Amino acid sequence: MTTASDFSETAPLVRPGVGGGLADVFRQRFLLKLLVRKELQIRYKGSVLGLLWSYVKPGVQFLVFYIALGVFLGLEKSARNPDGLANYAVYLFSGIVLINFFTEALSNAARSIVGNGGLIKKIYLPRELFPVASVWVSAVHFIPQLIVLVVACLFAGWHPSLLQLVAAVAGFVIVAMLATGLGLLFGSANVYFRDSENIVDMLLMVATWTSPIMYSWTMVQSKLGASWYALYQVNPITIGVEAFHYAFWLPTTDETAPMPPNLLPLWIPVGIVVSLAVLVLGQWAFRRLEGRFAQEL
Amino acid sequence: MSVAIEVQKLNKQFVLRHTRSLKEAIVWLVTGRKGDISKKFHALHDVDLEIQQGETVALLGLNGSGKSTLLKHISGVMLPDSGSVRTRGRVAGLIEVGAGFHHDLSGRENVYLNGAILGMTEAQIDEQFDSIVEFSEIGEFIDTEVRFYSSGMYLRLAFSVAVHTDPEVFLVDEILAVGDEPFQRKCLARIKELSAAGKTLVVVSHDLELVSRICDRGVVLKHGNVVFDGAIDDAVAQLRSQV
Repeated sequence: MTTASDFSETAPLVRPGVGGGLADVFRQRFLLKLLVRKELQIRYKGSVLGLLWSYVKPGVQFLVFYIALGVFLGLEKSARNPDGLANYAVYLFSGIVLINFFTEALSNAARSIVGNGGLIKKIYLPRELFPVASVWVSAVHFIPQLIVLVVACLFAGWHPSLLQLVAAVAGFVIVAMLATGLGLLFGSANVYFRDSENIVDMLLMVATWTSPIMYSWTMVQSKLGASWYALYQVNPITIGVEAFHYAFWLPTTDETAPMPPNLLPLWIPVGIVVSLAVLVLGQWAFRRLEGRFAQEL
Repeated sequence: MSVAIEVQKLNKQFVLRHTRSLKEAIVWLVTGRKGDISKKFHALHDVDLEIQQGETVALLGLNGSGKSTLLKHISGVMLPDSGSVRTRGRVAGLIEVGAGFHHDLSGRENVYLNGAILGMTEAQIDEQFDSIVEFSEIGEFIDTEVRFYSSGMYLRLAFSVAVHTDPEVFLVDEILAVGDEPFQRKCLARIKELSAAGKTLVVVSHDLELVSRICDRGVVLKHGNVVFDGAIDDAVAQLRSQV
């Protein structure tokens, strides 16, 4: 009798294919690491510019928005436009990097289950790995953009406090949890109805404009009034973007610009709670739907 | 002897859905559910099966009899509609080897990725790596991208990873047609070695000669029902009488 079979005699009978959800992903860190590495390796396979695309795309996007909104529509503060936002370029870019992360994470996570259908149909493994790996890959792509942002901030005289840096981390975590939760939800729904991808694309387009990325939150407040503005403010992406403004943009200005009231004591905790709730909902929906992935794919 | 796989009153129905668009589903709902949006198909019907540890069992049947579906329930890829499936110890499938391979990665990277997908830890793969490469006969091409492999090389490497995963229960689905004849013989020898080491084997294959050489017990399925369960030679005879 070998030791292997000794072990299995003591091992209990278990139901195969019933996993522990996101906790299993944590247990399978090695596989997660390999999946992320694979995605990173094949992303720009066969392209001449390769990883440079991770800089070129947000760079062009930034330039277009900056010229159209900052210069033409007059959001940038200048001698002729004293009501504009000081250092609008930094303001804009700190929001763009975060929304880019969210867009990439959610749109890839929503496609990850169908995209890995070949594997899911044949071998059992915790399927949450795929959306989580998508978000992780996006987080890796977020790093070069963050570096560019930090360099730009330093040129603009950035001098953040520790609290502001903590707020940036909180903002990122809020958005990452939201992307994972929605990714689980739409990724599993996509197996049944491919409309899910289109809903996500639409949602992402809306998300870019329902947060103060291009414009200032004060414009929303003055048009919407207090109660509707509170609704606008509950959006975790709005909170994340404002946390980024607070961390990266505000310390490059003379810090006289108004920040949304109660950002730290109220809204950041609200953002964490809302994102966590979405994550729990996403995990719940995923587990309800994953039982029939193999036959529906 | 203890039970390695226990299947009780397993039922599985497939919904053959004709649409994958939300629009059509909503139209169907609001028009009073006229017509059939989906058709149901009984893939497995009240299947009972108990496999002891160390047994070598062949699942036999014609196309569409439900053998691969049953195997997918044992591996956990599919969950039963009713009834239960329980397994003891780690189960690994040689189900369509190479499912986890990626063309743009090198052989080495694919060994790690596929090994991890099949449930090996990093330390286990490190330890088995040389043996995997040796068994696959890939040699110096291990650091070449898999896209440049011939189909034989590809399958040999995939099979080699799979047989090195060392689970308690092995599920084998139609993969014995791997590579050329010498390699096939090697695979067969390896599978016999595994069974001699007390591993449980469940094999699905249409190659009746082959399964009667590997397996002792045969289970014949027909339209999702178990119609015969006994010695492999009788099972093969039973299946041949069906056609």
